Amino acid sequence: MRDVLVALRKDLLLQWRGRAQVVAIFTFGAATLLLFSLAIGPDSASLRQHAAGFLWLGLLLASTLSLAEGFEREMEEQALEGLLLLPASARALYFGKAIANCAQLALLGAALVPVTVVLYDAGTTRLLPLGGVILLGTAGLSAPGTLYSAMTAQTRGRHTLLPLLLFPLVVPVLLAAVKATSLLILGDPMGQLRPWASLLAAFAVLHWALGGLLFARVVED
Amino acid sequence: MAAASQSRAPVLLVASGAALLCIGSYWGLAKAPAEVYMGDVQRIMYVHVPTAWNAMLALTFAFACAVAFLVTESWKWDNRLEAAIEMGVVLSLLLCTQGAIWAKPTWGVWWDWDPRLTTTAVMVFAFGGILALRAFVDDPMKRAVWSAVACIVAFADVPIVYFSVRWWNSLHQAQSTPETVSKAFHSPLRINAFGILFVCTGLVALRARVAGLRLRSEIAPPLPEQKASGAAARAAGSAS
Repeated sequence: MRDVLVALRKDLLLQWRGRAQVVAIFTFGAATLLLFSLAIGPDSASLRQHAAGFLWLGLLLASTLSLAEGFEREMEEQALEGLLLLPASARALYFGKAIANCAQLALLGAALVPVTVVLYDAGTTRLLPLGGVILLGTAGLSAPGTLYSAMTAQTRGRHTLLPLLLFPLVVPVLLAAVKATSLLILGDPMGQLRPWASLLAAFAVLHWALGGLLFARVVED
Repeated sequence: MAAASQSRAPVLLVASGAALLCIGSYWGLAKAPAEVYMGDVQRIMYVHVPTAWNAMLALTFAFACAVAFLVTESWKWDNRLEAAIEMGVVLSLLLCTQGAIWAKPTWGVWWDWDPRLTTTAVMVFAFGGILALRAFVDDPMKRAVWSAVACIVAFADVPIVYFSVRWWNSLHQAQSTPETVSKAFHSPLRINAFGILFVCTGLVALRARVAGLRLRSEIAPPLPEQKASGAAARAAGSAS
């Protein structure tokens, strides 16, 4: 547990020092939201109806940049090999990095919400459940994203490979997060929020467990 | 080892599978009665349903190969993994194509966001991505381990994809099993299922053999310096 906290502190510190990159990724996400709204046109009812989908698509596209960045830094000066020589398990390194990625993505998601409110007129007063959905959704994105970015950062064509591997895998996260966010924005008369949130949680639990189990094989061989 | 790699069994399996497929398809197209509501359009079931069964079988075998490789680290499982993923992706693509051909006259659309259709499309992209990963990694050990890990993650994801899409939207008819299909359709369906199984098994065995040969050339030590220089000297001598 202490190893995980130390790894998390290291990754959060790296993210803080590279905060210009985080701002650039946020600007990219906001730009995609602007472009998606242009694709729909000025009809405010349509914009509001599609807001949740575009918020999560913007976040998904921005997440590939953020996830790829996390491991590319470890490839410089063979930092990853140095980390593996430390008396800490690879699993601790994985959880540290995945939690840091999840925190960064959740922050990015929270920052994109006001942009969505302004561009799509899609506000909600249920901020706590919205925060919960963003946290569960980004947890689902960051677990397989961290595992795959560890592989793709070491290959040629890494910028193509990460989205190619990640996007089909996170279809359930996209569906459940879009549905849950839509229910928060447009109203939930049938009480469907809980099953979608449970699906997000089930996905996150499965992929965090798989990631923790398999990460050592990815970096140590 | 040499005898095993020269074995003609996979070729015979492909040939017998192709023969079964011809018999089953002839039976399904010419002998079996047409379905009451859908008419002749239903006859695509004789390839569509066996393709679906075999696609699932190929990807399940790929998952088994991935687990076996990570446990044993034997290269033969990596070769089989590559062959099985390729076969699974090709069969899933065929499945989507046949489904679209059947859906247009029956549902009025080429595509629908039904759970099984969407899950199959997601599987094509997920396992196709693993083939792309293999193509981008030059180190055989890293390629084998990473594709095994990615295969396990993608396979574990399939049930969640299926259930998420099922909750999201549903239209596909119930799964075809001997209980849901009239007895008159059983024989051609079963013959074609075994036909495709034999063809696929034979092709997977042959593809795994090719993967093994490529691996051998990749991990073979480079030609000794001495021999190369000796050959150059001999060439120079003969030229003078």
